[in-house]
Amino acid sequence: MKKSICLYFQVHQPTRLRLYRFFDIGKDSHYYDDYANRTILRRIAKKCYLPMNDLLLEAIESSGGAFKLAFSISGSAMEQFERYAPQVIESFRKLAETGCVEFLSETYNHSLSSLVNESEFTHQVKRHRKKLKELFGVETSAFRNTELIYSDRIGAMVREMGFQTMLTEGARHIMGWRNPNYIYSNDGNRDLNLLLRNYGLSDDIAFRFSDTGWENWPLTADTFVDWLKAAEGDVVNLFMDYETFGEHQNADCGIFDFMRALPSFVMSDPGLEFVTPSQASSKHKSVAELSVPEAISWADEERDVSAWLGNELQKDAFNKLYNLTEKLEIINDPVLWTDYGHLQESDHFYYMSTKFFSDGEIHKRFNPYDTPYEAFINYMNVLSDFIIRVDERINE
Amino acid sequence: MFGWEFPPHIAGGLGTACEGIVKGLAYNGVETLFVMPSASGDEDQSSTTIINASDVALDYMTESLSEYTDYIRFIRIGTNMVPYFDPEAFSVAVDRERLMSQKEYRVNYGQKFKFSGKYGANLMEEVARYAMVGSTIAHQRKDDFDVIHAHDWLTYLAGIAAKKVTGKPLVVHVHATSFDRSSNDNIDTRVYDIERKGMEAADKVIAVSDLTRSIVINRYGIPPEKVVTVHNAVDFSGREDTYQERGVKDKVVTFLGRITFQKGPEYFIEAAAKVLKRTSGVRFVMAGSGDMLNRSIRQVARLGISDRFHFTGFLRGADVQKMFALSDVYIMPSVSEPFGISPLEAMRSGVPSIISRQSGASEVLKYAFKVNFWDVDAMADDIYALLHYPALASFAMKEGYDEVNRMKWNNATAKMKAVYESVIK
Repeated sequence: MKKSICLYFQVHQPTRLRLYRFFDIGKDSHYYDDYANRTILRRIAKKCYLPMNDLLLEAIESSGGAFKLAFSISGSAMEQFERYAPQVIESFRKLAETGCVEFLSETYNHSLSSLVNESEFTHQVKRHRKKLKELFGVETSAFRNTELIYSDRIGAMVREMGFQTMLTEGARHIMGWRNPNYIYSNDGNRDLNLLLRNYGLSDDIAFRFSDTGWENWPLTADTFVDWLKAAEGDVVNLFMDYETFGEHQNADCGIFDFMRALPSFVMSDPGLEFVTPSQASSKHKSVAELSVPEAISWADEERDVSAWLGNELQKDAFNKLYNLTEKLEIINDPVLWTDYGHLQESDHFYYMSTKFFSDGEIHKRFNPYDTPYEAFINYMNVLSDFIIRVDERINE
Repeated sequence: MFGWEFPPHIAGGLGTACEGIVKGLAYNGVETLFVMPSASGDEDQSSTTIINASDVALDYMTESLSEYTDYIRFIRIGTNMVPYFDPEAFSVAVDRERLMSQKEYRVNYGQKFKFSGKYGANLMEEVARYAMVGSTIAHQRKDDFDVIHAHDWLTYLAGIAAKKVTGKPLVVHVHATSFDRSSNDNIDTRVYDIERKGMEAADKVIAVSDLTRSIVINRYGIPPEKVVTVHNAVDFSGREDTYQERGVKDKVVTFLGRITFQKGPEYFIEAAAKVLKRTSGVRFVMAGSGDMLNRSIRQVARLGISDRFHFTGFLRGADVQKMFALSDVYIMPSVSEPFGISPLEAMRSGVPSIISRQSGASEVLKYAFKVNFWDVDAMADDIYALLHYPALASFAMKEGYDEVNRMKWNNATAKMKAVYESVIK
């Protein structure tokens, strides 16, 4: 049997908050930095989404359908595309029409709800499914949680929602001696297959590609295919942020040329083939159940959720936010739901991270705030206004 | 008169106090020449004549000059030794300082020195150069004044130099001491030395409160008969009442000031948590910046009250008035406060104030609520009472407003005039 190569790219843009001062609380309930969101989105659309979508479409068309891959696009990103760069929606639609691209389910707002609140979690997954169907006319059967966060309990909820496949991180502390290049299943639910990210090979592209100090620099497609061939197992899962191409890794470093060359090198090898996550899951058998009692993710050295819920600031903000869910359900107002969704984006909590020393470089790169304290203050000011609005409606 | 800053460009309360003092002195028939390191030209000179030290070329030599050049060589140390300086501004200053560090430090006779007049990393150098320029100015203008009056340690060296050059009596004015700026007794000894030198060289020392007077006597060993308390006042003339539409329906309890050890921010947070356990419908605001800000934010998060406890960052100008206008209770839980003008501002804005007994202001404010800074239960009780008993709040508001309006620089400066008269032989 051929070894499967499973590519999945994550597309997400946070809804960045404006500078929201104490003086604004109770007076102004527009929370978002529209200018920054528009400017950043358009920049990335131009540098990454549009050229990369074109490149992939060409590769699919010239492969006669043999080149396959998957996307997961957060609802927050889809909203921004609709508002600021509708041509990006159009170009994803073209990819969807080829039938070679699988779209994955996730929470609408790229949220951390799976960690605390099942009803909010399922609510967001449903909303995201509906949006995907509406924009691209696609159905989903595989699930990818925010930042590949996974635990036994989350897996069970995902299975409950009807998914057969879920993607997560091949975290070293979970895998131990086991090899991520096989299919595993949820502890207790043999019918939920887990695809585990091969972080070594994924990060060779996502992080190390442009690092001139790296021993394997410059990386070429044929070398990379040799590594894929050498990797033992049924399926090699290459999962990464889509913004890797052209945004995190600049076009100058040759990342587009690499991706243009990679598909044909893989396909010309008799032992390799591309599959989508759902195909990988049905083609290969699960070799074992995987026990993950504590949540894992694809972030930082720890591969846990400490980037979002590691310090007391993050925990307090998070608790205050999720204390509101019941009230939101009672009020059931679409405007409040929308803001509630945006406030749940994991990015807001990431900005409050104080893990400056080990993974600080990465944290800084994606952070509009100078310090985690500023991020916290700004977020809490916004949340305080939101709480006032919710309480006013409850008391009506 | 040697000062460090003067409105409109001020970093702390020192400039505001100096303006009140020169105006009050003018009212009492005392003319002043106000020397400052870096004047902008937009200072109000209706009550004083401003001399910009940056415009004065160094042309007078004294044998004591070498003692200041020692200070200049001494300054190349990147420590934040100044109270009025927030961490962000400090890092900017240090960077600038590093850029300049290639340059050799020289004293150039016949040349001007461009002072920043701020509280930067090269503060000690500016203080020493200010002394040298100060002696030049004193020499040039020696027929124009009778007394030298120096405000806080930054200007003491200038005061001493001017006294040496002219033989005129020196009055140093203690607005704050090293012990008010440091946690425990971990003081900056270089600053302490300058303070002590200034007080020793002075013919009279003016302290802004009895609290400060006792520090001057006990910690600096100055004879009690040489130290006079003249409480600060505040000038509200021309102040318009700010009306601010409220966004939140809740009552607001405000702390406003530098967030540093001596301002007691952690006691405010603890008291807030206690009040929030008993009552809702109240929010707490900590306005300002400082080296305890981050620690305070963590404390608030740990107590789980961050939806009711807000931080505004550093506020300036109109935002300060806006903040007072939004407040129902003002609190100043200082561990050590030579005077503390902010509760006067709050009471002028009709906000009842709770202040620590460890503040100079508590010596003169009858209608402020007074607690010991560590007594968070008493603080919480007072906050709760002011929020829930409207009669108490409106009484404190009205009486407090009248009280601070009666505190005039004209009266305080009359006492200063008497001090001057006592030193002129």
